[in-house]
Amino acid sequence: MSGSPSYCVMLFKSVSYVLKAEKILKKENLPHKLIPVPKKISSDCGVCLRFEPNMREKIEAALFKKVEIEEICKLCEQ
Amino acid sequence: MIIIIMKKNIIYFDNAATSWPKPPQTLTAMQDYLQNVGGSPGRSGHRLSLEAARIVFETREMLSQLFNVPDPLRIVLTRNATESLNIAIFGLLNPGDHVITSDMEHNSVMRPLRAAEARGVDITVVPCGSNGLIDPGDVVKAIRTNTKAIFITNASNVTGTIMPIADIGKIAREHDLVLCVDAAQTAGCYPIDVEAMHIDLLAFTGHKSLFGPSGTGGLYIRDGLENKIEPICFGGTGSRSELEVQPNFMPDRYESGTPNTIGIAGLTAGIEFIRSKGLKNITAHEKQLTGLFLQGIEAIKGVTVYGIKDEYRQIPVVSFNIQGMDPAKVSLELDEQFEIMSRPGLHCAPAAHKTLGTYPSGTVRFSFSCFNTEEQIIKAIEAIRQIGKGRKRK
Repeated sequence: MSGSPSYCVMLFKSVSYVLKAEKILKKENLPHKLIPVPKKISSDCGVCLRFEPNMREKIEAALFKKVEIEEICKLCEQ
Repeated sequence: MIIIIMKKNIIYFDNAATSWPKPPQTLTAMQDYLQNVGGSPGRSGHRLSLEAARIVFETREMLSQLFNVPDPLRIVLTRNATESLNIAIFGLLNPGDHVITSDMEHNSVMRPLRAAEARGVDITVVPCGSNGLIDPGDVVKAIRTNTKAIFITNASNVTGTIMPIADIGKIAREHDLVLCVDAAQTAGCYPIDVEAMHIDLLAFTGHKSLFGPSGTGGLYIRDGLENKIEPICFGGTGSRSELEVQPNFMPDRYESGTPNTIGIAGLTAGIEFIRSKGLKNITAHEKQLTGLFLQGIEAIKGVTVYGIKDEYRQIPVVSFNIQGMDPAKVSLELDEQFEIMSRPGLHCAPAAHKTLGTYPSGTVRFSFSCFNTEEQIIKAIEAIRQIGKGRKRK
């Protein structure tokens, strides 16, 4: 434990995919937030999903074979 | 079934052109979007943009449920069925390909196919019977080694005749052909199941039986088929902005430029209206009206009804003529003397009228929606009887 808060961001092909994921996560009560894609990850102008690292496994399992995920990154909050 | 205060005593029987009235929810949703949402879907990360994107996603989801499409992202949103058919035809076909269609098609299919023909695509137009029905056996006979696809209407916009899509779908599967169905007249008033009917491409409009506003429509594309269909329009999608080439994934590949979000908001409400009433109930009501109308006008001397003349085998569209009268004149009298709105002429389907033997003068077309009533049908039958007698109501 470094002590600094960190989070995961999940990137998708487009906002349609993000919203499809959002619907599934809402239904399954898995905490998450939609945020603009941080510029240090991608120059894309879209949105992505942010969640606590300890939720990663559950979220990935919920979206498995339902929504295509592009990338998952772990980031430290500044 | 549904009571709504109509403007004056207007009887609107032109729902196959565009449905009217719309459910009040359609208007409310559009107003709500402009007043309270307003953002551009998929373009920015702020809440209003996301809210707009959620409206658009909701529409895809509802459409996918309505047509038994497994994934909402397989639905491309377009301006209308015509744009959807243009994507399917020009995106899929290459010179040297052969396609099969019917002679009951609307010009939304026929004109792009004729344009493709001028670019080297071979076309076989399968003749239908005088009732507008295609024989699936004739489709099999038309298949060649280079046949790529079948383009066919779900139901004729002239006679309402419902085509045997599931049978044709089975033929398409057996011969590894793409089946593209024009559902402009059926989406929202007739059950469509892309899996059971083996439909690969389903083109539909939002402003008819789906009760959305004009400027909305869509195209279902079966999984994997996007690799064979080139976009016909390129541009910004809000995704993969770093790339100067078009994204290759659904639905962005075919959705360039800012969408008609206000229209899509209205479409969502329109589909929700259908869900709340129940498609089965809507269909049952419309069949009842169609049956009542058919029964009434077939009994009038000098009236010819075209098509299959069976409310269980047609959508709520009926074409007829009064002996010795120009359809345009009949339609004008219906409007001016009886406040009944109809559509005369060729209904953008010259090939269909040649099949029926009503080319070039056409027919008078009535098309009903769930907002019409038995009382209106009875009034219309009486109006036709009076026009036929050459008498005018005082």
